[in-house]
Amino acid sequence: MKIMSNSSSNSMRGFIDTDNTEQPVGTRVPLVLHMKSFGEVTHQVCRVAETKPPLAWYVAFAVSLSMLAFLGFCVTYLIFTGVGVWGLNNPVMWAYDITNFVFWVGIGHAGTLISAILFLFRQKWRTGINRFAEAMTIFAVICAGLFPGIHIGRVWLAYWLFPIPNSMDMWPQFRSPLLWDVFAVGTYFTVSLVFWYIGMIPDLATLRDRATGKFQQFAYGLASIGWRGSMRHWHRYEVAYLLLAALATPLVLSVHSVVSFDFAVSQLPGWHSTIFPPYFVAGAIFSGFAMVVSLAVPARQLFGLKDLITLRHLDNMNKIILVTGCMVGYAYSMEFFIAWYSGALYEKFAFINRAFGQYWWAYWIMVSCNVITPQLFWFKAIRISVPLMFVLSIFVNVGMWFERFVIIVTSLANDFLPSSWDQFVPTWVDIGTMVGAFGLFGTCFLLFCRYLPMIAIAEVKAVMPQANPHPHHDHAHDPHDPQGAGAAGVKR
Amino acid sequence: MTTLTPTSSAHETPAKAAPAPLYGVMAEFVTPEAITKAAIAVHAAGYRFWDCHVPFPVHGLDKAMGVKRTILPFLVFGAGLTGMILAFCLQAFTNAASFSLWALVWVSGYPFLISGKPMMSIPAWIPVIFEFTVLLSALAAAGLMLGLNHLPRLSHPLLSNNRFRRATDDRFFVVIEARDPKFLRSKTEAFLASLGATHVEAVEDR
Repeated sequence: MKIMSNSSSNSMRGFIDTDNTEQPVGTRVPLVLHMKSFGEVTHQVCRVAETKPPLAWYVAFAVSLSMLAFLGFCVTYLIFTGVGVWGLNNPVMWAYDITNFVFWVGIGHAGTLISAILFLFRQKWRTGINRFAEAMTIFAVICAGLFPGIHIGRVWLAYWLFPIPNSMDMWPQFRSPLLWDVFAVGTYFTVSLVFWYIGMIPDLATLRDRATGKFQQFAYGLASIGWRGSMRHWHRYEVAYLLLAALATPLVLSVHSVVSFDFAVSQLPGWHSTIFPPYFVAGAIFSGFAMVVSLAVPARQLFGLKDLITLRHLDNMNKIILVTGCMVGYAYSMEFFIAWYSGALYEKFAFINRAFGQYWWAYWIMVSCNVITPQLFWFKAIRISVPLMFVLSIFVNVGMWFERFVIIVTSLANDFLPSSWDQFVPTWVDIGTMVGAFGLFGTCFLLFCRYLPMIAIAEVKAVMPQANPHPHHDHAHDPHDPQGAGAAGVKR
Repeated sequence: MTTLTPTSSAHETPAKAAPAPLYGVMAEFVTPEAITKAAIAVHAAGYRFWDCHVPFPVHGLDKAMGVKRTILPFLVFGAGLTGMILAFCLQAFTNAASFSLWALVWVSGYPFLISGKPMMSIPAWIPVIFEFTVLLSALAAAGLMLGLNHLPRLSHPLLSNNRFRRATDDRFFVVIEARDPKFLRSKTEAFLASLGATHVEAVEDR
């Protein structure tokens, strides 16, 4: 780990990678490179929202917006025509719609993991990536929420999902996992949004105080709701943040567990399995981190944030991808083992059919992308190679989409009675909606990069070495705590 | 310098000549160490209406200021408990009770058997109870934090001060309000300057 005392030039700052992945002996690894003052951190992050974005942003935005428009077209066509425009049939009544739903909910999990679980574990490196991982969570859950909303068929009756008093004396069926899903995903979205916004208030205040235009001052002023950095406020803020993290941690584990109940509680071979909740959660974190890497790599490059999202951050994330990839691989093999060990005829058939039946290609895409390719992250050279990790993270995203497709479609297509078997073939509307969801996600994310603080400025400042005062007097805690357990200002 | 208290500032004199009422005195510090030391001194001097404004939560500064631990966790616990009970009652009423009550309209519960589960199928209700508990706790944690902080607040004397803009960037401010019983402009300014402030200035209440 080296810290260059004079970086090549001010304009190039943040655009050059420095290898800070070596663990130095006796000192702590700085999480912010090349920056000596708090002001520099403020400037580095805020200038992204204050200056015109690079050309690549406009290109990406145009592409995303077109995809979003196509999504709007596909959804409108679906609503006006009926779910028959999808390739669904009997028995394959869930296919791309629910695959996309589970895929996007899964993506969302990394954001909460980074912001809540890593916070409780005192992982200070989270400060560099938590803000945009949380943003990613929210946009991913928006995409996820779209699919169950439109696959119910009669979209105008979607409010039947909620326990709204009505003169028909009609209530939701609370013993159904599908209803648990409504509450789980709804709560998850709300809590993630609150967590994200609460975390962003101090940084919005920074943008307000730096803003020069009248409109920016007004908009950021409104959004930062009068935050003045008062320490009495910070005190309650930190307690609230800790509480939100403690609440979000079991929540994030519950959400994908509940999603997995949609399958596990049914009787269908290939779905009816107790391994599903932990297996889904591991898969969700796996895919979510892959998406964070896929987004962080271009974002830090385009906006010059390489001193804040350092190679060490990426290295850490790749390690998590490796670990969760191994968990997912273990779950795949354990599913096969249990199918054989159970002696259940239909269960055995379901798994052999997955690997060698009509959707064999989907299964092997899943295995190669999720189990085999992440093993390359055992090598440090690959973990810190920016182009390679980008490619590998895309592989994981593809693999995780196929995982959901394999679970849903292969189990439904070939269930108990061969006479009722059928094959699912996607229509252009299926594919258009899937692609369009990426447009929705991309549009939201690009707007976020452009107008909001992409990095948690206040939190990054609090983990800089000079943020930890060592006054020469008796203090309630030991500031020289070698573990640094309480060293970061954000923590309590 | 003259002593100025909020009551002494004259509203009745013509606008041009009238000094704006005084909100307080603000002292700027450059490092977290400096403001922590200053906070200890201000607290020891017995001021009550004062605050530190910092770009990030400086560790130990709240203790140095003598800030009491917030009651927020207890309120949030109450909110969580409320959510838990509400979710249980909601499910028990809608899926297991046949009486009517008024909720926007007159509604009745609709007890029905599904896959042989008992009417009060508590295990099947746990997910919704859990999610609702978390939802209400989280909303309470965020909402009550803002409420106890008297936010949102869209106008504040400090926000009109140009120098104060750096409080969200890289400067650390101690602000002693004019309404503090111990506040005397000249003395307070001198006191803050003696703590090693790089700049001391009065903040108008505009």
